[in-house]
Amino acid sequence: MVSATLRVAFAVFAAQVRDRPLRLLVSIGAIAVGVALAAAVHLVNESALAEFSRATRELSGSADLVVRGTRAGFDEALYPQLAKLDGVAVASPVLAREAPLVGGGSLPLEGVDPLAAAAIRPALYGELAGLYVALQEPDALVLSARAARELGVRQGGTVAVQGPAGARTLRVVAVLPEGATGRRIGYMDVGSLQWFAAGLGQLSRIDLRLRSGVDPARYATTLRLPSGVDALTPDVEETRASNLTRAYRVNLDMLALVALLTGAFLVYATQALAVMRRRRQLALLRALGVRATEVRVAVIVEGALTGALGGLAGTALGWMIAVLTLRLLGGDLGSGLLQASTVAVTARPVVLVAFVLLGVFVAVAGAWMPARHAATIAPARALKAGDDEAIPGPVARLPLAGVLLAAGAGAAFLPPMHGLPLGGYASIALLLAGGVLLVPAFVGVALAHAGAPRAPIAGLVLARLRGAIAQSAVSLAAIVVSFSLMVAMATMVHSFRDSFERWLGEVLPADVYLRLAPGADTWDLGPAEGAALAALPGVARVELRRTLPVSLAREQPPVTLIARPLGGEAGGLPVIARAASLDASLPRAYVSEALRDLYGVVPGGSVTVPVGGKPVRFAVAGLWRDYARSTGSIVVDLLDFERLSGTRRYTEGSVWLAPGADGEAVRAAVAARLGGGEALQVTTTGTLRARALEAFDRAFAITYAIEAVAVGIGLLGVVLAFAVQALARRAEFGMLRHLGLRRREVLGMLAGEGAFMAAVGVVYGLLLGLGLSVVLVHVVNRQSFHWTLDYVVPIGSLGIVATALVAAAAVTAGLTGRIATSDAVVRAVREDW
Amino acid sequence: MAAALLAVEGLVRRYRADRPAVIDGLGFTLEPGEWVAVMGESGVGKSTLLNLIAGLDSPDAGSIRLDGRELAGLDDDALTLLRRESMGFVFQAFHVLPYLSVGRNVALPLELNGVPAASIATRVATVLADVGLGDALDRLPRELSGGEMQRVAIARALVHRPRLVLADEPTGNLDPRSATQVLELLARTVRAYGGGGLLITHSRAAAATADRAVEFDGRAFRPLSPG
Repeated sequence: MVSATLRVAFAVFAAQVRDRPLRLLVSIGAIAVGVALAAAVHLVNESALAEFSRATRELSGSADLVVRGTRAGFDEALYPQLAKLDGVAVASPVLAREAPLVGGGSLPLEGVDPLAAAAIRPALYGELAGLYVALQEPDALVLSARAARELGVRQGGTVAVQGPAGARTLRVVAVLPEGATGRRIGYMDVGSLQWFAAGLGQLSRIDLRLRSGVDPARYATTLRLPSGVDALTPDVEETRASNLTRAYRVNLDMLALVALLTGAFLVYATQALAVMRRRRQLALLRALGVRATEVRVAVIVEGALTGALGGLAGTALGWMIAVLTLRLLGGDLGSGLLQASTVAVTARPVVLVAFVLLGVFVAVAGAWMPARHAATIAPARALKAGDDEAIPGPVARLPLAGVLLAAGAGAAFLPPMHGLPLGGYASIALLLAGGVLLVPAFVGVALAHAGAPRAPIAGLVLARLRGAIAQSAVSLAAIVVSFSLMVAMATMVHSFRDSFERWLGEVLPADVYLRLAPGADTWDLGPAEGAALAALPGVARVELRRTLPVSLAREQPPVTLIARPLGGEAGGLPVIARAASLDASLPRAYVSEALRDLYGVVPGGSVTVPVGGKPVRFAVAGLWRDYARSTGSIVVDLLDFERLSGTRRYTEGSVWLAPGADGEAVRAAVAARLGGGEALQVTTTGTLRARALEAFDRAFAITYAIEAVAVGIGLLGVVLAFAVQALARRAEFGMLRHLGLRRREVLGMLAGEGAFMAAVGVVYGLLLGLGLSVVLVHVVNRQSFHWTLDYVVPIGSLGIVATALVAAAAVTAGLTGRIATSDAVVRAVREDW
Repeated sequence: MAAALLAVEGLVRRYRADRPAVIDGLGFTLEPGEWVAVMGESGVGKSTLLNLIAGLDSPDAGSIRLDGRELAGLDDDALTLLRRESMGFVFQAFHVLPYLSVGRNVALPLELNGVPAASIATRVATVLADVGLGDALDRLPRELSGGEMQRVAIARALVHRPRLVLADEPTGNLDPRSATQVLELLARTVRAYGGGGLLITHSRAAAATADRAVEFDGRAFRPLSPG
């Protein structure tokens, strides 16, 4: 039940809002932008994962278990073994390959046994079962509707694909109906594909339907599978995808929340300044009989309404941004982590409601302190003529700030929880909160050291700021929060980019690189190709390597096994730690930092890796820095790998030029000599580096965008604070004009205040941000991606942004002053303020 | 005969063409050392008159001369400098800057006029002593009563010894006793500092402290009728 007095308070507040709608609109806008960013990032991530999950389920159909090896596959001998087991009702062998198309592009191919597959997923494979006879032809291909559409072929047409033995034409014997699958894919008989793709005796997976009553997860643990082959339930498949992208997603979520947090400070600043500006009206309400708690409730309700409107607008805006982002950047926001193709925005209603409530929560949090202040205004004093805006003295919260800062520093040392740097995030939040509480003290110190300028205008600027430290600190809160977080993020990204660039120089010592295109499983290199390349004119040396995914743990994404010549030392690997002693009886391996973190493998210890279908123990000789694979990698000597696997096939190579040779000419010669079309990528070092850095920048483009929005909100906070203050000070400016200050001098005074405060905020934000960046670089990044970075501060770009912010604050402060110093304000001295 | 301190002739100010002029053909003079109270009903243009004399508003016709200098030809900068050097203002709501000490508030006009720091200290101390606030130099306005704040405003209006003081309802926010003290102080110090001034007021008691009191109806100054 709302009391009569509270109703009066609400009515007065509503009238004030009608009178000054801009202030409310700015607050709503700030909340909306923050919520929109958070919602957009979350919706994109959720939608992409949902799409991935849908694709996974479509792939596995109604299989209870999926037996899966690495992409290279496993021996088909496993198929009859599994099919004969008591618990297995149906076993469906599948070989999956990505076939390069002659003329560019590639087509995923799946080789199946149509009859067995139909028993697992009738909706799709039932169609294939009907084509059983036609599919027995070795060049028969069935296309999905989407593949046929995109390739521009119909039933009876042909598709030319590149195989290891050269180009080959496949006949399209049927096109599946639209509803069968949404994927762009071609189906062949498993035997035909094995023969065509040099995969004789190989399978990629076996889908199992278990007999009723058999628990899939428990049954999976009873299966005796070769090393590197796992039996997974579809849920585990999804978990792998989720784990792969989780750190990236959580980091983006956190970044988006930063923008929202900045919005909260903006609400705080606007509400606090509004309370200062309206103290007369609030005092009048108190004098008329409105209780202090009712004033407080009214201010909080005003904040909550602001938050609700901002939350609604933000959620709608976030949805639109998500739709656009998915169209422009794809489901992985440009990171390249997810291969989900077309992604539509999907969200549960409860999530959307949660974002609206988040806006309300943030706005109420921002209004809480100003509401307390509003309730403590002494009516008698506030109503007294000549009593100017109550400007509380500097808030002494040093002990609380100290506790928060100490707790923040302590939280940085917490280990990751559930694979996430929750301690790091807590540390950043605590350091930020402690840092904000110290803003008034820092402003006080800065003003105390600003001296006593002789020029009267400068003297007035400093006197005004010294007399309103708390007010200045309030207006600075948003800019300090957003700028410090921008400094932290920029330092982290710059450190990462700098380390990454240096790392590229170390891992790319040759002049020309060749590798199989991702997914190009039908083509690889042998010793003969290596010898042919070495004989090319302009080539001084050739090194071939083999990389393949291997699975070390069921629920973790595969790690990359890299077999390359290591020579006596680590063969040019960027090794950051070496084992003091090694078991000389074991072959050597170097593990990445991610492998150490995820599997607890350390130099001096050992790691067991499936090689050639057998588990092989390697002695860990050192730790190497690998920025290319956040799920972990293991480097072993190529000779060891060839001996243990019994194969001499390669997926990558490096070519060193002879003195005077032209890199581009050699690259072209290598590509021409090997053929392979789209399946083989041959690039010069320069191109490869440029592409890698471009991919890096694309992956971080979204973080820059979110940072820019956060800083924009912070700057908006400063502008708004100055605008509100300038309007509240109209009588002061009018008096100064009477005393003989030119209008431009009054504007200069305001610009000076703006520049000084922004400079203080920027310097403080810089110091605080550098502190936060240490946590981001050494804790959050380390625990999220499992690699270390060299700490590098982007002094130049931070300097430019800082200068731009100070200039923008000065200009906007001056501009807002123009309103407050218009000719009409000379009459403001007559207003009874 | 000495030149008038302030000479106003044929002054006209009209805010809208379709409405009667707020000030219509006003003429009067103010002699050096003369302290004149101007009374009139609300809305007759008293504050408009002050703004015109202060150079904060422009007349549609007529002339305003301060010490023989015509204001009409001066640009905003020149008018600002004229105010800075030759005028002092006292307002109803004091308008003492809350973030400056009493001393700094009073020193403002001297600082703006480029007076050396040593001289500023002496003159501020003197004028504060004259208005009875010799011990308030370092106090903040929020520590003062209304009457004391208006004394600070008077000190600020006089510290640079302006030729003309314009006071707009300076006692509107004060109790009768404080008002009388402030008005007597204002009249005494304006005369003592050698300037002249106009006092806008609704109070006959306040008007009684001036050398002469006039009634303003928008067209002319008429001697204040008794009663």
